[in-house]
Amino acid sequence: MNISYRWPLRLASLAACLLFWQIAANKRLDLGLIAFTYVPTPASVLDAAWHLLQSSKLADHLSSSLGRVFTGYVTAAVAGVLLGLAIGRSKWVEDSLLPPLEVLRPIPAVAWIPLAILMFPSSEVSMIFITFTGALFPILLNTVHGVEGVDPRLVASARSLGAGRLAILREVILPGAAPSIVTGLAIGMGTSWFCLVTAEMISGQFGIGYYTWESYTLQNYPDIVVGMLLIGLLGMASSTLVRRLGALLTPWYRSGGKRA
Amino acid sequence: MSIYQQAPNPGRIEARKLSIRLGHGREAFEAVQRLDFDIKPGEFVCILGPSGCGKSTLLGALAGHLQPAAGQLLVDGTPVSGPSPERGMVFQHHTLLPWRSVLDNVAFGLKMQGIGKTQRREQALDMLRLVGLQDFAGRWPSQLSGGMQQRAEIARVLINRPRLLLMDEPFGALDAQTRSRMQELLLDIWARIRTTVVFVTHDIDEALFLADRILVMSPRPGRFIDDLRVDFPRPRNASLLTSPGFVYLKRHCLELLRHEEGRELPRLTPLGLPTTDHPPLRIAL
Repeated sequence: MNISYRWPLRLASLAACLLFWQIAANKRLDLGLIAFTYVPTPASVLDAAWHLLQSSKLADHLSSSLGRVFTGYVTAAVAGVLLGLAIGRSKWVEDSLLPPLEVLRPIPAVAWIPLAILMFPSSEVSMIFITFTGALFPILLNTVHGVEGVDPRLVASARSLGAGRLAILREVILPGAAPSIVTGLAIGMGTSWFCLVTAEMISGQFGIGYYTWESYTLQNYPDIVVGMLLIGLLGMASSTLVRRLGALLTPWYRSGGKRA
Repeated sequence: MSIYQQAPNPGRIEARKLSIRLGHGREAFEAVQRLDFDIKPGEFVCILGPSGCGKSTLLGALAGHLQPAAGQLLVDGTPVSGPSPERGMVFQHHTLLPWRSVLDNVAFGLKMQGIGKTQRREQALDMLRLVGLQDFAGRWPSQLSGGMQQRAEIARVLINRPRLLLMDEPFGALDAQTRSRMQELLLDIWARIRTTVVFVTHDIDEALFLADRILVMSPRPGRFIDDLRVDFPRPRNASLLTSPGFVYLKRHCLELLRHEEGRELPRLTPLGLPTTDHPPLRIAL
């Protein structure tokens, strides 16, 4: 109801930020702690974006970044969900697999970069590994959490209705954990982008992260911001995509929530 | 052939010195102790007792979710060794799968038997008709009222034509009016689909209204303190509740349960001790 009159303020806030950016960059504002001396203006960023759009390089950068994220993320999704189901369902698997994973979990994916470069035959594989690591833990832990959160009464009554182990996994555990898995997949999407961009800055030859870093070294400052915005846009779009797909796969979850 | 004619063979229950332990280590205790009883095929038995007395525990053992610590529990002469579609269980709060429509929930047992989609949906719709939910077949369970959810739950259990129908305070969470309508509906269904019913409740009126026989239980360790015949003619309706015979038996039950007053025990469930809350998610980035 009040959404309609809240939009003008929201847009005005965005516009004010843009305006501040334009003025600060134009006047080369120096606040001592933070300086806008080398910050490009919004107009020059727009210009650079336009140039990038028309060049053939954009497709190369985009396709290599998307390819890496897709490979790393999908591998992480499959591994995370399968491992999560096994850990959540079996105390034996939990005790044998979870301790090493718990030790590795606090290590940020970015910290893996040097070792990954040493461990893998090509920088391509090491970058994919970094995105994989970034996405794996949120997906894995949310899956475990979702599986453990399934109401034991649902499992008991499914058994009473004649369901075997596999049927319980397929009919009760997997859909029961689905909302939590979707949350993990959406968080994992965000982290895998974050990790990919960092990895590309260090060892890439194409890709959005590489493009951003290259722009810095070549002193094409407007391109830096273009790269930043592209990264944000891609991350947001892919997370939204995951959430949408997740909502499609869990239709009962929304209608159930609405009623409560 | 309609589902009503495919009547199940009602099951016979025998318990010999049956004890069930709950909890682990030092906190373990006997929820029910050395129970001896028989339930005849087709009988409607209510187990009446205060909260936490072990009546749900006994039901859980009958369903096969809990194992006896000592003694024997036989259904049709065979020891109960695990859950089976022949022993259908209705919980206090419904356990319909939230991700299946009401129709597919009711058809679940048939799906587990490997019956094809068209055929199982047809039978499920028949069952829904029996409990008056045919118009809600396509809804999500969360879109039904509490009473409707329990009706769907009963239909889902009955589609397997169980020898035993085990009910754990199935109407306990409903409001008084819905509860009395559900009681009449249950008797109506039972008149058509004869199966042995073991119905757990702490509500004296409910037990007297429904049962052929009431087993009264005392808490910790759970033991039967009385075995009452309830011979009111069937079909029964609400006017029974004020008849002199009913009031007389009710007074007797109140007398029996009064001894247990002042001992508040935590509720036990057919799956054992009530579970503690789920641990919070370990946030990871």
